[in-house]
Amino acid sequence: MAMVLARRLLQALLILLGVAVITFVLLYAMPADPARMLAGRSATTQTVANIRHELGLDQPLVMQFWHYLSGLVQGDLGRSYAQKTEVGTLIWARLPATLVLMAAGIFLEVLLGTLLGITAAVKRGSVIDNLVMMTSFVGVSAPQFVVALMLLYVFAITLGWFPMSGYGTFAHVVLPATTLGVLGAGWYARMARSAMIDVLNQDYVRTARAKGLSSARVLLRHALPNALLPIIAMIGIDIGQFMGGVVVVEAVFGWPGIGQLAWQAIQQVDIPIIMGVTLVSAFAIVVGNLIADLTAPLIDPRIRAG
Amino acid sequence: MDVFHAMLKRPAALFGLVVVTLVVVMALAAPLLAPYSPDLQMFDGLTLEGAPLPPSAQFPLGTDTLGRDLFSRLLFGARTSLIIGLVANGVAVSIGLLVGILAGYLRGWLGNLMMRFTDLMMAFPALLLAIVLAALLRPSLWIVALVIALVNWVQVARIVYTETRGLVERDFIVAERSLGAGHGRILLHHILPHLLPTAIVWGTLGIATTVLLEATLSFLGIGVQPPQPSWGNIIFESQSYFQSAPWLVFIPGAIILLTALSFNLVGDALRDILDPTQRGRD
Repeated sequence: MAMVLARRLLQALLILLGVAVITFVLLYAMPADPARMLAGRSATTQTVANIRHELGLDQPLVMQFWHYLSGLVQGDLGRSYAQKTEVGTLIWARLPATLVLMAAGIFLEVLLGTLLGITAAVKRGSVIDNLVMMTSFVGVSAPQFVVALMLLYVFAITLGWFPMSGYGTFAHVVLPATTLGVLGAGWYARMARSAMIDVLNQDYVRTARAKGLSSARVLLRHALPNALLPIIAMIGIDIGQFMGGVVVVEAVFGWPGIGQLAWQAIQQVDIPIIMGVTLVSAFAIVVGNLIADLTAPLIDPRIRAG
Repeated sequence: MDVFHAMLKRPAALFGLVVVTLVVVMALAAPLLAPYSPDLQMFDGLTLEGAPLPPSAQFPLGTDTLGRDLFSRLLFGARTSLIIGLVANGVAVSIGLLVGILAGYLRGWLGNLMMRFTDLMMAFPALLLAIVLAALLRPSLWIVALVIALVNWVQVARIVYTETRGLVERDFIVAERSLGAGHGRILLHHILPHLLPTAIVWGTLGIATTVLLEATLSFLGIGVQPPQPSWGNIIFESQSYFQSAPWLVFIPGAIILLTALSFNLVGDALRDILDPTQRGRD
């Protein structure tokens, strides 16, 4: 187990290094020039050259990357071009808002999706099953920003129940979290349904039924625990995808998380922030996948043995 | 033809097929169906205060913030969405097939290297990457297609890789090889045909993802650039009138949803029909 863990950690580190290299090269190759962006439209070529020198952008790519990497191993993500602040500090300040949104969103989608999926599996082939499957399809096909704008229109503008945008109170979380929750629930419903159908077809479930146990007991005590495995794995993967995926929702709802930070940085060609957020997101994905892999054997002894 | 008949028996797939056909007709016949030119800014297309008009006899779906006919813009927007859907997803599926087949067939260090690279790509936050690239490159229809292809090929590559590895072990390939068939012959005549169902399924499902991604990028203002109409940039341009002219946001929104949903329904049905072992599982 310790060997497996060490190997997985090493792999994760290599993947993060790879992500850093590729992002760095991609951003370097972009036609957008951060120095010109900072200097403004009317700046002279000399001013732009000075800024470029100041930021170290006149050095060769390899040197620039070496500087970045040697900072990175000490936990230093560099300084923002526009704000002159440590990128680490900026991300750290924005992280709580995104984590709150993530917790609320994932809670909603798992709850809603699992309930719907299990109901559909138990009532397989019924009208309810068809309805759930159709709804989950709509969920996975709906553009996030359209759902966000629709919720805004109905619940903030027309009914006035929730604020249009901002951060701070429970009421502010409801609409962005619902956007994420409703859409994500589609995936969980499909996953939960197929996992549950697999389990319900197993011999041990039939045995439990034959012993005369109530269907509620069979469902909750015998079938559900095994059906949860893929769902837990999916939560791990979801946590990872979340960080990079909140840009749109945070932009629509004015949510001050790292997605908004990234969006502002992109418009200002503030490369250190873009790098930082990409790396933090990739880190979340790698950790999320690790969680998915490592929790499986804790729950299912069969995987531990094999 | 069997596939087509099997599709007709499924209500959901049939619905998807009808909508997909409608969108294709919209795109192809846009110049014939559109009552106005999509770029024509009409003087009588705005109220006296300069606000967009709601749906009426003259403008079936109303007008946008510049006095252009929304219906005409949506028809031409279908072209944009489908072109990007086909090109971006076509490129993504092709790259995915190429990488997946080569990695699965060659194995060894080169195949290994290719698959480690897909691991790396899987750790990239895809949406963030697409947004960064689209924003920092000069946005145009082809750049958007390229960016989408760049983030979408990975999944196809992994599925194709797994399938190819399974195929290489099969007896008929081993027999073919022992008869002296070259790599080219095995790949083209024996492996590729078996991967065709996968390519068709992902070619369809991927269009849904692509349409959504294009709409999202255009909604953020970094996708297809106005005046060229796209469903996403119609919403981007109308956002400021969101409260007084909600149809400008919700009609294109509904069309994006319906289109993505339909490609998903058709793709899912194809997966069921072409791969009987998956039938009824999800």
